[in-house]
Amino acid sequence: MESSSTTRHDSSANRADGMEPLGGAEPLIDAHAHFHSPFTNRADWETYNASRLGAGRRIGVRSHVASILGSWGYTSPTYFASPADQTRANDFMVGLAAQHGPLVRAYAAVNPNFTAHALKEIERGAALGAIGIKLAAGRRADDVLVDEIASAAAQYGMPILQHVWQHRRHDWPNQDASDGLDLARMAARHPRTTFLLAHIGGGGDYAHTFPAVLDHANIVMDLSGSGVDRGMLDLALATVGAERLLWASDLTMCTGLTKLRALSHTGATPDDISAMRWRNAVRIFPKGAFDGALGRSAPSGDSRITSAVQA
Amino acid sequence: MNPIATVADAAAAVVTARVDVGAWIGGYPFRDVPHPDPETLAERVLPREGYTAAWVGHLPGAFHRDPSSSNATLYRALAPHRERLHPAPIVRPDWPRWEATLAEAIAEGAPSVRVYPAQWGLGPGHPALAELARACGEAGVVLHLTVRFEDLRQRHPLDRAGDVSAAVLRGVARLPGSRCHLVVAGAGRELIEETHWGLTPLEQGRVWYDFSWLWGPPEDHFAHLVRTIGPERLAWNSFWPLRLVQQCRSLIDLLPEADRARAPDTAFADGACIAEAARSATRSH
Repeated sequence: MESSSTTRHDSSANRADGMEPLGGAEPLIDAHAHFHSPFTNRADWETYNASRLGAGRRIGVRSHVASILGSWGYTSPTYFASPADQTRANDFMVGLAAQHGPLVRAYAAVNPNFTAHALKEIERGAALGAIGIKLAAGRRADDVLVDEIASAAAQYGMPILQHVWQHRRHDWPNQDASDGLDLARMAARHPRTTFLLAHIGGGGDYAHTFPAVLDHANIVMDLSGSGVDRGMLDLALATVGAERLLWASDLTMCTGLTKLRALSHTGATPDDISAMRWRNAVRIFPKGAFDGALGRSAPSGDSRITSAVQA
Repeated sequence: MNPIATVADAAAAVVTARVDVGAWIGGYPFRDVPHPDPETLAERVLPREGYTAAWVGHLPGAFHRDPSSSNATLYRALAPHRERLHPAPIVRPDWPRWEATLAEAIAEGAPSVRVYPAQWGLGPGHPALAELARACGEAGVVLHLTVRFEDLRQRHPLDRAGDVSAAVLRGVARLPGSRCHLVVAGAGRELIEETHWGLTPLEQGRVWYDFSWLWGPPEDHFAHLVRTIGPERLAWNSFWPLRLVQQCRSLIDLLPEADRARAPDTAFADGACIAEAARSATRSH
């Protein structure tokens, strides 16, 4: 495998103060981020957004790949966003991405219960620069209503970030949560689509998730979530390997920094760490999605970068 | 440039003398935890993460009925590492002869003793907990209370203890005339606020909170608490071997710049200053 030190990227930190980022100088892509819009349940939404961008600068995040889940519960439930709320949220999200250039990239978030609307939002999002699809918990991941969305993802070459509860032993309030087994069934039906299983540290038993998705190469996982259990990263690396893991932060950037700092103590090689920090993101998102963030002038479709589906 | 060295060195660059208030040795009944041995903690982890020492409990004992053998194992295991690993044995106050267990802890030089009210079924205002708290206060030993070991969402079906409530914490902190100094481990923002703001200023001054479970940016619960209750009430805690030990460092590093200027590393509490406060209180009457 090619060493990260030989790849073409801008190695300068994106901190205004010139100090080396807390997370190290090597590129870092946050594959699971969120912002708020003015149509939300909190008055401090601008502070929240600024805090994410500020912490990202200090950690060294080159690109926040982000979504807004409807109104975050203000006018429809977070995980069951109404079509109107989701359209408004996506509008704001692609606007934010346009405003920040390579630093912020957008997911088109959709509710599969409104399939026609969801497909339209994906088409519209792709045209406006969205680079992925976000599915929360409006239906289980293996529900037939998700099939058309998974097909659309393959058509546009976009991954689906699927909200997952690690080992769902029962129903949880306010969501139709999916777990690794649910997503594995969907991934088997759509081998040309890449699924990004959300937040292995975001609640539930991650130890169940890794074997559940092991045989499905088109499922990759993000490391985000407030959970910082010792052994979680080690087990993920040992079970599915670094090529299927992406660094991310979701709601807690502090635990993201902690995981970055802990990775070197898990036995992960420098090449493994590069893969998790940015290279796997470059592989699964559309070609060129991070060229600006990585300081590349040419499209990022290196010959060695093939999708998990193709591998 | 080696990217691994870069990140690790950046984290380790800020090394000051501080004592971790919350580590354990030993295994956890509901999942595997790497390196539960005292050697790894004493020789590799604490120096690497900028801790000079740690208050160390015996994790399996939290799930035993009788803590005697757990404490014996703890003292034995820590004997070769006493300079860095300070024993924090369990004292179960609803168990016969707990006073002897506390006396043994004092004789062993324990700076703190551990209690697990959720695992023992001791609710708010339980008289046994109150008796132990008073005895700890008189002895100048810190009472260390663990709210939770894991996030509620991931617990084993047999792990039905639940989290310790704010009412339990307030009950211990409010004991009239008590000199008990309390460290609360594993609490989130709500539990800390429901406890802290439910106490008088005098009572507040005897309670510290492990801050390793708080959320940093973009929610910024940690920054909020640094501004409101103050860094002096928040204590460095590794939560070894259950959680990644870098979390306290990351939280401080990510404080907004204005907060960071007001709250340098040394503004936060650690085992040394809390133990001294507990000892000082015994001399003040």
